[in-house]
Amino acid sequence: MKSQDVVEQDQAIQPQMVSVEIEGKRYQVPAGITLMKALWYTGKNVIRGAGCLGGFCGACATYYRTKDDPKVKTCLACSKAVEDGMSFSFMPAFPARKASYDLIQLKDPKQDLFELYPEAPLCRNCNACTEACPQSIDVREGVWKAVFGDFKAVSEMFMDCVMCGMCTPVCIADIAPNLVALYASRAQGVHFTDKPEGLDTRIQEITDGKFNQDWDRVMKLSDEELQNTTAAAK
Amino acid sequence: MDLIAEQNLVHKTRDARRAQTMPKLSPAERDTLIKKYHPDHRAHAYRPIKFGPNAGELTVTEVANLLEGDSPIPSDFVPKPEYSVDVLVVGGGGAGCASALHAHAQGANVLLATKLRLGDSNSVMAQGGMQIAVAPDDSPVQHFLDTLKGGHMKNDHQLLKVMVEEGPSIGKWLLELGVLFDRDADGNLHVKKGGGSSKARLVTCSDYTGLEIMRVLKDEVLNQKIPLLEFAAVVELLSDGKGACTGAILRDLDNNRLIVVAAKTVILATGGIGRLHIQGFPTSNHFGATGDALVLAYRLGAPLVQIDTFQYHPSGGIYPEQLVGALVTEGIRSEGGHLVNGKGERFVNELDTRDVVSSSIIRECEEGRGVRTASGHVGVWLDTPLLDVEHGPGTLDKHFPAMVRQYERYQVDIRKDPVLIYPTLHYQNGGVKIDTNGETPAPNLFVAGEASGGLHGRNRLMGNSSWI
Repeated sequence: MKSQDVVEQDQAIQPQMVSVEIEGKRYQVPAGITLMKALWYTGKNVIRGAGCLGGFCGACATYYRTKDDPKVKTCLACSKAVEDGMSFSFMPAFPARKASYDLIQLKDPKQDLFELYPEAPLCRNCNACTEACPQSIDVREGVWKAVFGDFKAVSEMFMDCVMCGMCTPVCIADIAPNLVALYASRAQGVHFTDKPEGLDTRIQEITDGKFNQDWDRVMKLSDEELQNTTAAAK
Repeated sequence: MDLIAEQNLVHKTRDARRAQTMPKLSPAERDTLIKKYHPDHRAHAYRPIKFGPNAGELTVTEVANLLEGDSPIPSDFVPKPEYSVDVLVVGGGGAGCASALHAHAQGANVLLATKLRLGDSNSVMAQGGMQIAVAPDDSPVQHFLDTLKGGHMKNDHQLLKVMVEEGPSIGKWLLELGVLFDRDADGNLHVKKGGGSSKARLVTCSDYTGLEIMRVLKDEVLNQKIPLLEFAAVVELLSDGKGACTGAILRDLDNNRLIVVAAKTVILATGGIGRLHIQGFPTSNHFGATGDALVLAYRLGAPLVQIDTFQYHPSGGIYPEQLVGALVTEGIRSEGGHLVNGKGERFVNELDTRDVVSSSIIRECEEGRGVRTASGHVGVWLDTPLLDVEHGPGTLDKHFPAMVRQYERYQVDIRKDPVLIYPTLHYQNGGVKIDTNGETPAPNLFVAGEASGGLHGRNRLMGNSSWI
């Protein structure tokens, strides 16, 4: 059915092709598709590197370079479009060290940071981590905030962090900034955030059977009565 | 008309639309709309299953074909266990990590296997929030009734009662692990209203709820040193010959080798089905969402429920091309964003349930009131700038940073311009039949999360993809 509201599209659209280099090999792929789709388009069976495909899981951390530019940049392959002359490769799994901790048992999480991640205060301010972040987080600032104990600021700054880990291989002080930030954020939640009283009240109400009468009434209703009850709710 | 001109119509009609109230449909109107336009009612896409516990029942051909497929295990393969554990958890998303952590906390010897990396899941993408009946004016009973209404009265009552009653405790467990939910000034959990709910009940971490929860759960699985098998897909379950589950055979995707795991209990938490692209729909799902649990459990003799119904999220991107299928958070509509057709008109109450809203968008597009992009996708507008107009500048930046960033990557400023959307395959409403302990009729086989069936009836409410 056609109407004046629909944009006419009589001719099939022919994709314009661009030339890209994937892991050193040259391919022609349609312009405008994501780097991930370009990998599929060239027939690669991507297993390591494909995750949520929505920019949230960090599985497809990728290094890329645009035509004639010496600067190697970072991106998520699911969220970046190909350009003519672009070169790119997935970041390999990087063997960063994650500290193990039992958050609830920690007595002084801000001090314990230096035991768990002794390299954290050794940041030399090169800013490579911030430049490497595909989420535009000020990573270097975040590491310093963690070191100075401002865990609240860290948790807010890193709410966007997809844990791709691209900040880690570039660090000349061997810090894994995303892991330091995750520790600080969790510690903020466990040790330095108010307990929501309303939630405890509700759990207690359920345990005490406050809703039992309502349940008895509702669970005995026939399908038709239930339908009428739910239809009445606004 | 070009897209810019079409877009201007949205700007021009904004003030008039703000004054307008969209009535909710009556039950009869909802029914008619859904039967006519919802993809679940396209008969040609369905066929009966040929054999097994659900023989003769209808499902989409994509699922039927998989259920009837051959085993990938060579007939002369002798299963020699490489691992012997109490609990094998299959899947590394929210349900898988939560199951593994709970089992580990009870002292069980747990192995977590996932075919991609730990955490690669749909859970990590959840933006809209998690429904917990925590507000003083709310109750688990009201949560139950709202969910039942959303599910077209077809939900399993017992499963649903467990979910709404345990929701607050799960929330507390996540808080104790360090999840930073949004708060009110008094320290209580901030709740937002979601589509199809009568009370504000969505607990959120800005629009990164799933990411925040998954960062924490993954970190805790690693802290607890729960053994992992990543890049290892379960390809068949093992049975004792009498229908009880005794373990699984996995394929190591790095070297193609088969790995046998003997387990007293297997928990399937493999998520949904979007990557089967049912009826050709784009999907919001992650790369691994291929309905593995349905097939594995079915082959062991466990029945499935409500696998003829799927959720098409009303707002999947259709422009730019990179965002086709990607989810545009429902939160925009929760905070008052309008859906606008090619004529500049609203056409549905934006807070109605997902199936109603999706059906109405499909209706607008099929009846020629859609907007077509250069690559041939047809959709309708979601008026994002309206939120800054309605609630003050900075609202989108503050409440929807992930979505602002999602579009900024492609030079689309959602603060200035509306976005184009069309329904995207989002959730498998049904799944493997379970009881209130999560156990299937096949003894020792449990299913958690999206892979399980019955809880959501024929339509899942926003924020109800629970992790039991």
